[in-house]
Amino acid sequence: MEHLLNPWPWYVSGPLIALVMALLLYFGKTFGMSSNLQTFCTMAGAGKFSNFFKMNWKEQSWNLIVVAGAIIGGFIATQYLSNDSITELNPTTIKELNSMGFSNSGSTLVPNEMYGTEAINSTKGLLLLIVGGLLVGFGTRYAGGCTSGHAITGLSSLQKPSLIAVIGFFIGGLLMANFILPLIF
Amino acid sequence: MKYLKFLLVGIFFGIVLVKSEVVSWYRIYEMFRFQSIHMYGIIGTAIISGIVFLQISKRGYIKNIEGAEIYVPKKENGLIKNIVGGSIFGLGWALMGACPGPMYILVGTGVYSMLIVIAAAILGTFIYGLLKDKLPH
Repeated sequence: MEHLLNPWPWYVSGPLIALVMALLLYFGKTFGMSSNLQTFCTMAGAGKFSNFFKMNWKEQSWNLIVVAGAIIGGFIATQYLSNDSITELNPTTIKELNSMGFSNSGSTLVPNEMYGTEAINSTKGLLLLIVGGLLVGFGTRYAGGCTSGHAITGLSSLQKPSLIAVIGFFIGGLLMANFILPLIF
Repeated sequence: MKYLKFLLVGIFFGIVLVKSEVVSWYRIYEMFRFQSIHMYGIIGTAIISGIVFLQISKRGYIKNIEGAEIYVPKKENGLIKNIVGGSIFGLGWALMGACPGPMYILVGTGVYSMLIVIAAAILGTFIYGLLKDKLPH
């Protein structure tokens, strides 16, 4: 039981994520979380503005159900499958973040300095969340997939476009974490 | 009933990503600073397991629920769209510390401000749809 409540090691977690992909493929579907963003656009009537959104969203309803499940899973994991253990980060990471103004690194899943009430009530904080969301939503559709579609499914099926996209993910991610984030905070 | 299996897969997915700390903003930062093996280990073992599964199914040992071959959709070629789109996504991933899956899951863990990010991500997808034909791919 204790093993279940503690954070799971990476060598258990990785294969379990592959199992999610395998199950969806077994059910005749595919593992791609960002597709739902497109479905939400279609449901809101975006088909009037671009052919990109002209589709029968009901065919994608299975994926919306996966999203609903994921939200429930997040709730179950934090409410019933967790103890008070904090994320065991590299001490260097904690020190670095501390010098950028992030306190208590690892005690929550996301930093209060970005997602807390005070942060989202400030212009800068709100702008960051909006800009970050825009980048994710725009970039993932431009690249044709996100971490689940390209990094897990695409690389598992040895597809070259996915390798290029994942290299792109890292170009952007390395730029943000190493150069841009220190300028913001 | 036909949707129950998808709900269960989603629940399982949500639990795994929380327990593996993939939904932790800090783990993503740590990964992009090369300060931990954690995320590389997860992504690496996920891909290796995925390759094994797909190679076995390719040889006909595993069929899908309808008895047909396991089918993985082909990703579109295009250097610009994959590199530029991927980089834009990467900027957002490292800033928010969350990609689309974790965004939904974090709402379930009680991070309700993530709904703002999700709304912005939907808007970002909409903007891409408007500009699609004008962008180089």
